[in-house]
Amino acid sequence: MKRVVISIAGSLGLLLFLLWLNVNTGSVDLSISEIYQIIIHKTGDETAYRIVWDIRLPRILAAMILGGALSVSGFLLQTFFRNPIAGPFVLGISSGAKLLVAVSMILMLQKGRHMSSWGLIFVAFLGSLMTMGFVLLLSLKMTHMSVLVVCGIMVGYICTAITDFMVTFADDSNIVNLHNWSQGSFAGMTWDNVKVMAVLVAITVLLSFFLAKPIGAYHLGENYARNMGVSIKVLRVALILLSSVLSGCVTAFAGPISFVGIAVPHLMKMAMKSAKPIFLIPGCFLGGAVVTLFSDFVARTVFAPVELSISTVTAIFLVPVVIYMMLVTRRSFE
Amino acid sequence: MAEYAVTLEQLSVGYHGKPLIEKIEFAVKPGEIYVLIGPNGAGKSTILKTITKQLKPLGGTIYVKNRNMTTMSENEVAKSMSMVTTQRLSTELMTCRDMVATGRYPYTGRFGILGAKDKEIVSRIMEKFQIAHLADKDFMELSDGQKQRVMLARAFCQEPQILVLDEPTSFLDIRYKVELLSIIREFAREEQIAVIMSLHELEFARRIADYVLCVKGDCIANKGTVAEIFQGNLIAELYGIEGCYDGVTGQVELAAKKGEPVCFVIGGAGSGLPIYHALQRQGIPFAAGVLHENDVEYGTAKALASVLFVEKAFQPVSEENYKKACEEIRKCQYVIGAVKQFGVCNEANRKLYELARELGKLDEESMKN
Repeated sequence: MKRVVISIAGSLGLLLFLLWLNVNTGSVDLSISEIYQIIIHKTGDETAYRIVWDIRLPRILAAMILGGALSVSGFLLQTFFRNPIAGPFVLGISSGAKLLVAVSMILMLQKGRHMSSWGLIFVAFLGSLMTMGFVLLLSLKMTHMSVLVVCGIMVGYICTAITDFMVTFADDSNIVNLHNWSQGSFAGMTWDNVKVMAVLVAITVLLSFFLAKPIGAYHLGENYARNMGVSIKVLRVALILLSSVLSGCVTAFAGPISFVGIAVPHLMKMAMKSAKPIFLIPGCFLGGAVVTLFSDFVARTVFAPVELSISTVTAIFLVPVVIYMMLVTRRSFE
Repeated sequence: MAEYAVTLEQLSVGYHGKPLIEKIEFAVKPGEIYVLIGPNGAGKSTILKTITKQLKPLGGTIYVKNRNMTTMSENEVAKSMSMVTTQRLSTELMTCRDMVATGRYPYTGRFGILGAKDKEIVSRIMEKFQIAHLADKDFMELSDGQKQRVMLARAFCQEPQILVLDEPTSFLDIRYKVELLSIIREFAREEQIAVIMSLHELEFARRIADYVLCVKGDCIANKGTVAEIFQGNLIAELYGIEGCYDGVTGQVELAAKKGEPVCFVIGGAGSGLPIYHALQRQGIPFAAGVLHENDVEYGTAKALASVLFVEKAFQPVSEENYKKACEEIRKCQYVIGAVKQFGVCNEANRKLYELARELGKLDEESMKN
């Protein structure tokens, strides 16, 4: 319990620090007092004001919200598949969402129209569900969890390949944006985007939090969970829908982001020394926000003015965590 | 019906809509233990899984108290029935106390936070199960025996009226088996819980059960009280081990080589037992006698000897029996005289012994061993 409180407090502290760091860092240097003026009193130099309010803040908030969403989605998938290395990225779900979003964006662009935020999310959600359905079909045939993950990765590659193909041959100037997005990036977020994702993610994560009790029971296996009075079918459907909404939402706005969904739940378990969903779901959200905000900070500052794709950064920091975790939990793969 | 905690009426069980066993009927009163026995794959687990709602019944009805289980909500079922399976759990960062506390699940609110009463029940049951000292240990670090004890404590924490156990003693060594089954018996009686369990070990089934259900693949071969089931040939028939299993003592013998007897054993009162087993190990067919039906070694001799001379209990050996035994001794290559004390009832055996000595067939060597 003590560890839980410390971890939550620590994550909050880190989040605040990263918030300040992110607002403060970029191509234009701003002093602390300037930023204070701009954010609290909404006054100051016009250019600086625009930079903070129109570029940096939406991006920061998006990174936090989507990072949190991603790791909660990962946690839900790990619960569903009883597999510590399940996540929206490795199971190909992000890539499926990406494919469908890319296809519909290109089709819309050809007609000279843009898609609304909600439209994007809906398409991404459909893409997530489709790949999820495919992976589920595979999981019926395959009892071995590690094989399932391999299949997920393959599905992911196919989807990515098709997406790349379409992006390459779609002739439109807007495709530049599409290219950045398909690699995973938080650049170019608008307040409109942020509002939509905030509402959607808040609802979904809250619903997941309300499922903490049956999820905890589900961790003892289906039989015991049923015996405790959990209605398994309802829970399984809820887990699929919630995780698909979350990963779809992330993909719609920021493209595929790797490894946050796998690694953060595990990091939070280690930090909290508890696997109780009632702590872990909020913990994952906070942890995901911290990790993603940090990764975005690295992505846009280390080689500035060149920006790295967000997945490049998350992979470098989080793959070692995933490998460590596989070594530790080796037994559950046998 | 009301006095029964659980009643199965015309229940059909099976997988994928194909009935495996049909028309199962039995009922268990509070405090009673109903044990399912039968060969591997006979369907014991299938029946238990159907009772615990892991499988859909393919026909018939299960009543909890006098309510049809299908009309009860999931939470109501959870409050009235708990279970322990053979499945090995792998948990993550879960202490024993956490595990036992999961039994309180149906009683807690939306977020599963334990109230004062829940905590008190968890502590009390852990105390009773003598696992209080393990409370803060990680569940995965426990031995199999401790784990099973924790899972049982968890099941009792659920305060069920019905407890379903699928081979709770698998993986355990004999000491843990005895301990676990003793606790189950004690709790069933004290808390008036109806227990339905499957067991592999016949000797334990015999000790713990009030009633026994013999499950034989496609049907229920028999059901009844322990006394009814564990007599005669019912058990041997159920498992297809006729001739190797003694219904009275529950002893099991390995198959012996049968044939023209090479050796004749004059036993009685247990003296012949080591000799029968030695001959069986060496693969030597033998004759034995004359034994009374109530002799301790009667079952073993019956299973192992190629020719056995039997006399009714408490009767002196009949002239006819004696003569046949004499003939057999003449045919055998040697005789082992195991029994040393002769009385009124086995006077004939003393005469057989004398006969063997006269014929020079008495094997003094193996008698010493």
